[in-house]
Order: sequence, then structure tokens, then C-alpha cells
Amino acid sequence: MDAIILQILNGLDKGSAYALIALGLTLIFGTLGVVNFAHGALFMIGAFCAVTVQRILNLSYETIDPSQTDFLGNPLVVKTPYVHSWFGPETGASIIEWSVPIAIIFAIPIMIAIGFIMERGLIKHFYKRPHADQILVTFGLAIVLQELIKYFYGANPIQTGAPDVFRGSFDFGVLLGFDPNVIIYPYWRLVYFAFAAVIIGAVFAFLQFTTFGMVVRAGMADRETVGLLGINIDKKFTIMFGLAAAVAGLAGVMYAPINSPNYHMGMDFLVLSFVVVVVGGMGSLPGAVLAGFLLGILESFASMNEIKSILPGIDQIIIYLVAIIILLTRPRGLMGRKGVMED
Amino acid sequence: MLGLNTKDTTLLIVVAVLALGAPFILNPFPEASSLAQFNAGYPDLMQRFAIFGIFAIGFNILFGLTGYLSFGHAAFLGVGSYSAVWMFKLLGMNVLPAIALSIIVAGLFALLIGYISLRRSGIYFSILTLAFAQMSFNLAYSVLTPITNGETGLQLTLSDPRIFGQSATSDGGIPVTNLLPGFEMRETFTWEIGPWLFQFNTGYYLCAAFLLLAFYLSVRIFRSPFGLMLRAVKSNQQRMHYTGLNTRPYTLAAFVISGMYAGLAGGLLASMDPLAGAERMQWTASGEVVLMTILGGAGTLIGPVLGAGFIKYFENIFSKINDSVLHGWFGFMPDGMENAIIFVSHFFVGKSWHLTLGLLFMLVVTFLPGGLVEGGQRIGRLFRRKPAKDPKSADMKPAE
Repeated sequence: MDAIILQILNGLDKGSAYALIALGLTLIFGTLGVVNFAHGALFMIGAFCAVTVQRILNLSYETIDPSQTDFLGNPLVVKTPYVHSWFGPETGASIIEWSVPIAIIFAIPIMIAIGFIMERGLIKHFYKRPHADQILVTFGLAIVLQELIKYFYGANPIQTGAPDVFRGSFDFGVLLGFDPNVIIYPYWRLVYFAFAAVIIGAVFAFLQFTTFGMVVRAGMADRETVGLLGINIDKKFTIMFGLAAAVAGLAGVMYAPINSPNYHMGMDFLVLSFVVVVVGGMGSLPGAVLAGFLLGILESFASMNEIKSILPGIDQIIIYLVAIIILLTRPRGLMGRKGVMED
Repeated sequence: MLGLNTKDTTLLIVVAVLALGAPFILNPFPEASSLAQFNAGYPDLMQRFAIFGIFAIGFNILFGLTGYLSFGHAAFLGVGSYSAVWMFKLLGMNVLPAIALSIIVAGLFALLIGYISLRRSGIYFSILTLAFAQMSFNLAYSVLTPITNGETGLQLTLSDPRIFGQSATSDGGIPVTNLLPGFEMRETFTWEIGPWLFQFNTGYYLCAAFLLLAFYLSVRIFRSPFGLMLRAVKSNQQRMHYTGLNTRPYTLAAFVISGMYAGLAGGLLASMDPLAGAERMQWTASGEVVLMTILGGAGTLIGPVLGAGFIKYFENIFSKINDSVLHGWFGFMPDGMENAIIFVSHFFVGKSWHLTLGLLFMLVVTFLPGGLVEGGQRIGRLFRRKPAKDPKSADMKPAE
């Protein structure tokens, strides 16, 4: 029992990342009808936003402290981050420590801007082209973005820490009446899950309860009729693209402490997220979220030693296996609407 | 000739001349000159031109004719490589049985995957093939380690049985791959004419022979009723279904043929350098063959060969350009300008070559959906100043 709860918890954080990326992919597919292979790159850019903010906050100036000497006997050069001298050492230190949450504030406008530029500059020209062309051009864009990041940040993963408060692990088992130290779970993953839940809730609320969201939903169902009513649906869809980019970016920012950002993390997640979208059903937002969590949890169950000893290697292929079975038996996916790309 | 019409015969002869004369054509600069770094006429690179040419030709039979975009084609190449290396380990160092087995194994593998994947079309087909390829990649890395040797990759060792050859040479080394005893793959004949240096490599000519054969077969497929059927699938599969025709045997045949081409490429890759690793099956490798085919011109005969050559050539040349080379080129400029230009070109050369590739690919998909072949046709038309005749352009219509 405790092992099962532990695996469900372990699956939650990866599942949250899948769900967030898949949500963005589905938003783009459902509104614009574009298959965006560059979405993983947006996730990666988000993670590198966190890296950048961390670096900016760590910018320091050097002073020479004559009272101390380094091991060569020269006067010691002390590096003080600007933040320390502006806000005082204590506040400064905690600002640096909280760089990942602070990065969220910066990531939102940056990601929305990137989304706008992408949509207006490139994707716009591909609405009428076949899906294969859309896949290919966004695949090219993903390569470009990935190489740019590699050029500026190098090929090695960059450690980006979570605030100290969230560093430890949380003894989840005690809450449920198990022995201590049976079910322990890192705080940051809990935060990530909560964050993902908030974002997902916010996106759904936005679509469900605002006029803007209503128009977008109407546009997803029947674009032409909405256009005939005199609503500039293209403009709304562009905004939705920016929003989807922001969702992917935020997923990336918060993922940085879990997995040190590297330039190919986007591609790694992209393939899985596409599988998630297909399992959930193309164009279905609840499907994407459900499938994201489901596959994340399934993956972590498959990596249990008990299961691996019966079916070796199952943890490596479970997601793909599920996707293949779903696609062959239920091409619409778990919650796909009837008639959306059902051939 | 050989059942081809005049135009196709010309095309075949052009490819034959290019392939056989490659050691000359790719080495236009004297060895000592500063331009020698643009030479591509050394065996290793020429072999890769031919091998990836075969791979792309095979991919084009599937994607160019039927429009099914497979994102998992590298799996067949990987399977081919593994089976070829196993033949070297078990049987002997002759390449022909190894290549034969790699084609057969890749074909069977393609039959299995194609039978399942072709139940869906469009993006679902892409995802299915991608999923299968990633599964093979992950399995090759983990559980199948006894067969694939995991992360290290499958290599020849001195303790391999090699029942028709010897486990080790008389001086204790691992034997090398050959075509016939004494006719080694790595053997290179170097010919010096003045300052020029030309290298003729046995392995390359084997690859070139297979490339020609592969090209010839693809021309025949393109011009056959079978090829016409595949094109019909691409233009409107639904209508084919309405006429009461089951298209799946045709698409499956195309899938298996293109898988066998990939297996051949994998077998050749292993014959030139007898090792096989799982990274050959990764989806980025599948992406590469897609890039090659599209860049060259999907659905055209010569496009994939051009695309493969183009990408492999620039991959090699661009990644060799470093700071000192750039300084050598732009040294005549004023310092500030020189540094600015070098700073900008940094993005595109050396390790960042993939950036150039990605940009180029985006431009091609956006503006030139027919790839290099369409570009060539447009330029040709510009010079002839004749409007293209409609039936002709419809015949050469690029793939989507």
C-alpha cells in the first residue's frame, strides 16, 4: 500500500509537466489547428528563464578586502552581488535564493512575447498548409531555438536550486498513519504539483468563465461562424498562442530545480507530450490533462522493482506501449471529440 | 535502356557519373592550398554520402510517394546495423551475407511496425512510428543489452566465433571487413596528380554500387503501376477507398521497401565500420533523414540523394570552420568589422552548425516546398524565360 502511494506521488511531478505541456499543445492545436513541434523548445526556454534570472541576480562586483588574504598571500578579492548591496546582505541572500519563483514574474511576459512573435512571424503562414508541413517547419524552429540556447548557455546541465525552505523532504506517510520515513516526498515536487494544478485550473477558469474564453471556445468549435458574427477570431487565437507558450514556459521555470536545465530537455519532453496529447485525444483539453497525469503515474509504477522483475524494461516503453494500444483501439483518444482528426 | 525512358536513363547516368567520379569531383582543390578544407573526397565522408543517399531514397519511396510521414525510420537503420555486426561476429568478415541479413531483418521489422502503424494515417501515423522507434531505442539501451551491448554499442571482439573466418588475425588483431578474401573495405588507392590527391576506396565503391542499384530500383518503382497507386494514395486515399480498393497492401509494401532500404544503409554503415550503437535509432536520427529528403525535394527522384549529400557535406565542412579559419578569411577587413562579422558567423559554424541547418530547413519548408530540386527548376526556368507547361509541372509536383 505504501509503495503504491509512493509511486502515485512520484508520478505526479512528471505527470504535471506532461499535463502542462500537453495542455499548451492542445490549446494551440484546438484553436489554430497547428501541430507545434516547437512546444518542447518553449518549455526549455522557460527553464532557461530561471537560469537567466538566477545569473542576473548573482551579478557581482569585486572589492579587495585588505584584512584577509587568500592562500597565495594576496589581498582577498571579495565578490558581492549587487542585490546584496542594494537590499542589505540578508534580504539580498534570500532574493537570490528565491530566484526560481522570482523568475516566474519575468517568464510570463517573455514567453507571451515569444509566443506572439512565433505565431505572427511563422505559424501564421502555415494555417492552410498540410499538417506535415507544420510539423516540419516547427521541427526546424525547435532545432534553431535549441541550438541558440546551446550557443549561449553551453551543452552542460545548469544547476538551478529551489529556495532552502523547499529543499528537504516531506514525510507524507505520517499524515496517512504509516511509519515515518516510508513515504517521503521532496517539498519542491509538492510545490510543482500544486503550481501545475493552479495553472491548469486558471486556464480552464479563463476559458470557462470569461467572455474572451467563451469566444475562444466558440472559435474552437466553429471558427467560421464566429468570424461571421464579426469577431476577429485570428486575434484571439494569437493571444491564445501566447498563453499556451506562457503555460509551457512556466512549466519549464518551475521544473528547473527538479531537473537541471539542459538544451535538449525540450526535445525529450516534446516526444512524450505528443504521445500524451494523442492518448488524451487531439483537441481535448481535459483529455490532455488527464492523460498527462495518468501516463506520469503509469511510468512511475512501471519503474517499481517488483514490476520490472516480471517485465524487464517495461519502464522504458510503457508510455509508448499505452499510446500504441490507445491509438489502435480508440483512435479518438481518451476524451477526444468526435470528428476531430479521426482518420 | 534497362526499361527506363530517355529522361530517366539520363538521370541514372548522371547519378552514375557523380557516384563513380566522386573522388575527383569532391576533391577539386589541390592538397596544399588553403581551400583544401572544402575537399570532401576522403573515403569516410564519401561512404556516408552514398549510405545516407540510400537511406533518403528509401525514405522518399514512403514519404514522397504515399505522403505518410514516418518519424521512426532510423529504427530500421539501427536494426540493420545490429544484424550486420552480428553476422561479422558469428559468420565471418565478408560483407555480403551481413548486408543481406540486415536487409531481411529490417524488412521483417518494417513489416511488423508497418502492419500496425498503417492502420492510422496523418499525424497519428507519425506518432505511432515515433513511438515504435523510441521503444526500440529505449529497449536497445536497457533490456536488450545481451543483443545490443547497451550504451557501449555492439563491437567486434577477439573472442567472437566467426565460424567461416578467423577470430583473430595472425598478428592478434581483429580482422577487417572484406568483400572477398583479400579485398578489404578499408583499402584505399591514392593517386597523386601534381598537387592533387585522389583517393579510391574499396568500401566507397561498394556503397556507390549499392547506391546506383538503389537509385535504379527507386526509378523503376516511381514509374511502375505500383508507384502510380502510391501516388494515388497520397492525392486522395478516401477516393481510393470509395472505389472499393484496399490501399493498405500497397502502403505496407512501400513501408517495407523503404524499411529495407534503411536496413541496407545500416548494413553498409556497419560494413564500413563494424560497430553499432543505439543512438543510431534515436528519433533525432529519424528527423535527420526527414530533413535530407525534404531539403533535397520529396517526391522527386534525385532530390533525396542531393539532400543527403548536401547535409552531410555541410555538416562536415561547417563544423570544421573555427576561429582561425574565420580570421584568415576576414583578415583584410578593418578590425572592428572583422570582429563583428566573426561574432555573427559564430552562430552558424563550428559546433553551432545545426542552427544553420535548422534555419535552412525552415526557409526551404516555407518558401521552397519542393526542396533543392524545385529551386533548381525555378532557376532553370528563369534562364530559359519560358513559362512552365502545366502537365509537366504537375508531373513533378513536389510532395507536401
